[in-house]
Amino acid sequence: MQIYLPIAEVSVNAFTLMGLGGLVGVMSGLFGVGGGFLITPLLFFIGIPPTIAVATGANQVVASSVSGVLAHMKRKTVDFRMGGVLLAGGLIGSGLGVLVFNILQRLGQVELVVQLCYVVFLGLIGGMMLQESLRALRRSRQATGRRRLHQHNWVHRLPFKIKFRTSGLYISVIPPLLVGVAVGVLAAIMGVGGGFIMVPAMIYLLGMPTKVVVGTSLFQITFVTAFTTLMHAVSYNTVDVMLALLLIIGGVIGAQIGTTLGAKLRAEQLRILLALLVLAVCAKLALDLFLTPEDVYSIVTRAR
Amino acid sequence: MTRHPWIAALFVTLLLPTAVAAQSRGSLVPPDETTVDYPLFPNPGRPRSAIPENQSSPAEQVVAGLSDNSVAITTSFDGSEILIYGAVRREVPIPDGELDVIVTIEAPSQPMTIWRKQRRFGIWVNTERVEVGAAPSYYAVASTGPLDQILLPGWDSRYRISLPQALRAFEGAPDVADAPAFTQAMVRLRQADGHFRLDEGGIELAEDTLFRADIRLPANLLEGDYKTRIFLLRDGQVIDVHRAAIEVRKVGLERWLYNLAFDQPLIYGLMSLAVAVFAGWGASAAFRKLRRA
Repeated sequence: MQIYLPIAEVSVNAFTLMGLGGLVGVMSGLFGVGGGFLITPLLFFIGIPPTIAVATGANQVVASSVSGVLAHMKRKTVDFRMGGVLLAGGLIGSGLGVLVFNILQRLGQVELVVQLCYVVFLGLIGGMMLQESLRALRRSRQATGRRRLHQHNWVHRLPFKIKFRTSGLYISVIPPLLVGVAVGVLAAIMGVGGGFIMVPAMIYLLGMPTKVVVGTSLFQITFVTAFTTLMHAVSYNTVDVMLALLLIIGGVIGAQIGTTLGAKLRAEQLRILLALLVLAVCAKLALDLFLTPEDVYSIVTRAR
Repeated sequence: MTRHPWIAALFVTLLLPTAVAAQSRGSLVPPDETTVDYPLFPNPGRPRSAIPENQSSPAEQVVAGLSDNSVAITTSFDGSEILIYGAVRREVPIPDGELDVIVTIEAPSQPMTIWRKQRRFGIWVNTERVEVGAAPSYYAVASTGPLDQILLPGWDSRYRISLPQALRAFEGAPDVADAPAFTQAMVRLRQADGHFRLDEGGIELAEDTLFRADIRLPANLLEGDYKTRIFLLRDGQVIDVHRAAIEVRKVGLERWLYNLAFDQPLIYGLMSLAVAVFAGWGASAAFRKLRRA
């Protein structure tokens, strides 16, 4: 069934889109990631213009993170104060990111920068995840030693300290604010929630306890992607609600399947699978950049 | 050559029409290029000059009809087939010479940029560009035979019939050495994705009088008035033109969403968010109920 997308002005198969959304939904249910970092490159692959893929990807992330954050709020695993600080940074970053995106679009380099960002980040995250899960797999066979709650590092010597009760932290607001800004910029440029960067940053840089990390990052992601979607819609009219709806429908169904599946599989094996998947997407994007393209020419239409 | 590629480009540009003219048959002299006020590379800031009307009453006239005067882009729009049919009306016996028909459909123009990639630090980067002030987003040509055999170049440039002619509208002076390579690439890319179609021999002309052409409009259409022209040619010269318009419009939901997105972007953005929030909340609530049941 072909569907004509009103804003992208292309006709695509509705089931392909729902399938894409579903696939990413299964991933997010299985691994607990938003899936934005997969959906945007997949949209590139099926021929959605990059600007629309990024803006609509952000809209799709809103849907998946809303359902996630609701579940975490029930379990009281959201640090609202930390979320608020991250969010303040995120909004600044998102505004900056949309601005940068517009400049890149004018220079004709938006595709390149978005792809480069994806290659770098997916490569880093995929590599780290693979290494980490391989180590975990090895460790699970050996006895585990006791670990310290968190290390004291340079982060704890900065001024403007605040108590984050839910996280049990007393640290400066500067690092979480900066993390928020970085994630906001990425959200706007790459159309992702940024959870895959924020979660490691919260654990290793801020020293937050793991149980509140996912809920808090989802809380921040919901608002930052919502803001990004609005910015893209108002400034550049690049959000395609029809495209978003199809992705969301597939996504929510896929997420539930993923959650059910996830309960039956082993966590370490799952993480290796996700790492390999991330690396595969990264490799495909990298090849596009490094190999001689089929055609060195390309056409970019501008608004009338 | 390599030091002055623009000289080579200029050379090619100047020589090419002459070469084509030499190849085509017939001894008819095409209208003098210098007196025709349709430059090959017009400034897009200036509107295209009006195409002159035909002679008041040519011996042969074309009458034609379209299967559709309008195309509605609905949610399930998947391209459309347009049938153009017509006949040659004449008061006199059939004159000598070869009779041909060319049909063109031209979508509204849009500005575009053609980029060329080059390898920089190992990766492929868009480095050079040519701005095209106005190029039709869709252009189809169907004819009774190969264009270079049935159409004289002078008449082609006057009416802008063939693909390269229809496209020639650069924005300012192109700042790359080999602008023709860019336009060629554009024609190639657009032909590959179905936005430019050339169907030589796609029109059947029966008894030198009746003809029909089927032209397929792709699914990825832009809105606007699609200009349809039907040319009647004798011995490579255009003797009559019939013009009609096909109105392509988004309708229903497509129309509403598009207008909302561009006229009320804030409301549209908030609506997109509402859809996402509601879907996210609704899905988790629904599945929780399902699991409990």
